[in-house]
Amino acid sequence: MSPREVAWWAIVAIGAGTFAVRASFLVLAEKVAAVPPAAQDALRMVPAAALAALVAPAVLRPDGDWDPLGPRALAGLVALGVAWRTRSPAATIVVGLVAVVVLDLVLT
Amino acid sequence: MLAPVDDAPASPAAGPDALRAFRLGAGSIVPILLGVVPFGLIAGLAATRAGLGLAEASGFSVVVFAGAAQLAALDLLGSGAPLAVVVATALVINLRFAMYSASLAPHLAGASLPRRLVAAYVMTDQSYAVSIVRFARDEMDGPARLAFYLGTATPMWLTWQVCTVVGAVAGGVVPPGLPLGFAVALAFLSLLLPAVTDRPTLAAAATAAVVAVLAVGLPAGTGLPLAMTSGVAVGWLLATRRRRRVPA
Repeated sequence: MSPREVAWWAIVAIGAGTFAVRASFLVLAEKVAAVPPAAQDALRMVPAAALAALVAPAVLRPDGDWDPLGPRALAGLVALGVAWRTRSPAATIVVGLVAVVVLDLVLT
Repeated sequence: MLAPVDDAPASPAAGPDALRAFRLGAGSIVPILLGVVPFGLIAGLAATRAGLGLAEASGFSVVVFAGAAQLAALDLLGSGAPLAVVVATALVINLRFAMYSASLAPHLAGASLPRRLVAAYVMTDQSYAVSIVRFARDEMDGPARLAFYLGTATPMWLTWQVCTVVGAVAGGVVPPGLPLGFAVALAFLSLLLPAVTDRPTLAAAATAAVVAVLAVGLPAGTGLPLAMTSGVAVGWLLATRRRRRVPA
């Protein structure tokens, strides 16, 4: 399969699965009571775990190599500070990108 | 582009209460749209970064319409992960919609099945949060609730589609030296902070981060699911113990 074919299979499969999850309780509204508390606890953990798993390697091991003091890690730290202070996605992304470009020039 | 935000009385022919509720919903989501723009742009950029085009970028945004899952899927597609891993990762990220679906169900139960399916398709973190807060506070009948919810969802949908197109087109002309892949990581980072609300979610994030970093050497795409399940498991254990100690 070409990369584009893989992408379209992914689009169809993720789209169908996501729609099923979104529709689940709205469609079965009359038949199902609610999500059991234990399952709610697990679902509540998903965003934090998923996002951390996506961010950490991109920042600490870019290109597969350990680089805890490299441009990406330091820029990530700067961005974390901005995200903490401003809670603004736009500011986080722009400052983080500027930081990584500048640090790339300075450190290499 | 966006729906009107004023509360002016609507024409009686259009169903005054429903139209008014729709406008109220649209007005309530407007301040949040600004925060959605960068993610939409990056959803478009990430597609071109992954070697895909405008068609695939918009395909994702129209068919899937879910920011974090789209970015994760494009990230994995770009690194050549197996299709099954791409799909499984995106779906796990979107499992949270089951919670929203359950929470919205009693409010929208009176709507026809086709309308509930539309409500399901346009479900987002933002529309859910704005609507459920309003439903808890204001007296509204069933049709007005549906109209309010769709009022929040319509500007979200339009903003997302337009930004995806802009991002995908811009992605083709941005100089290759700019680390746009890192922009995706930064977008995730800005979503991560609001997702960490207490000790169990902090433990989930920390565990997932450590496992993901250690698992980089494993075959493409196996590290992420492993890290996510470890994080969820640890966070879940803490949350369950806490819930048992403090009975609701």
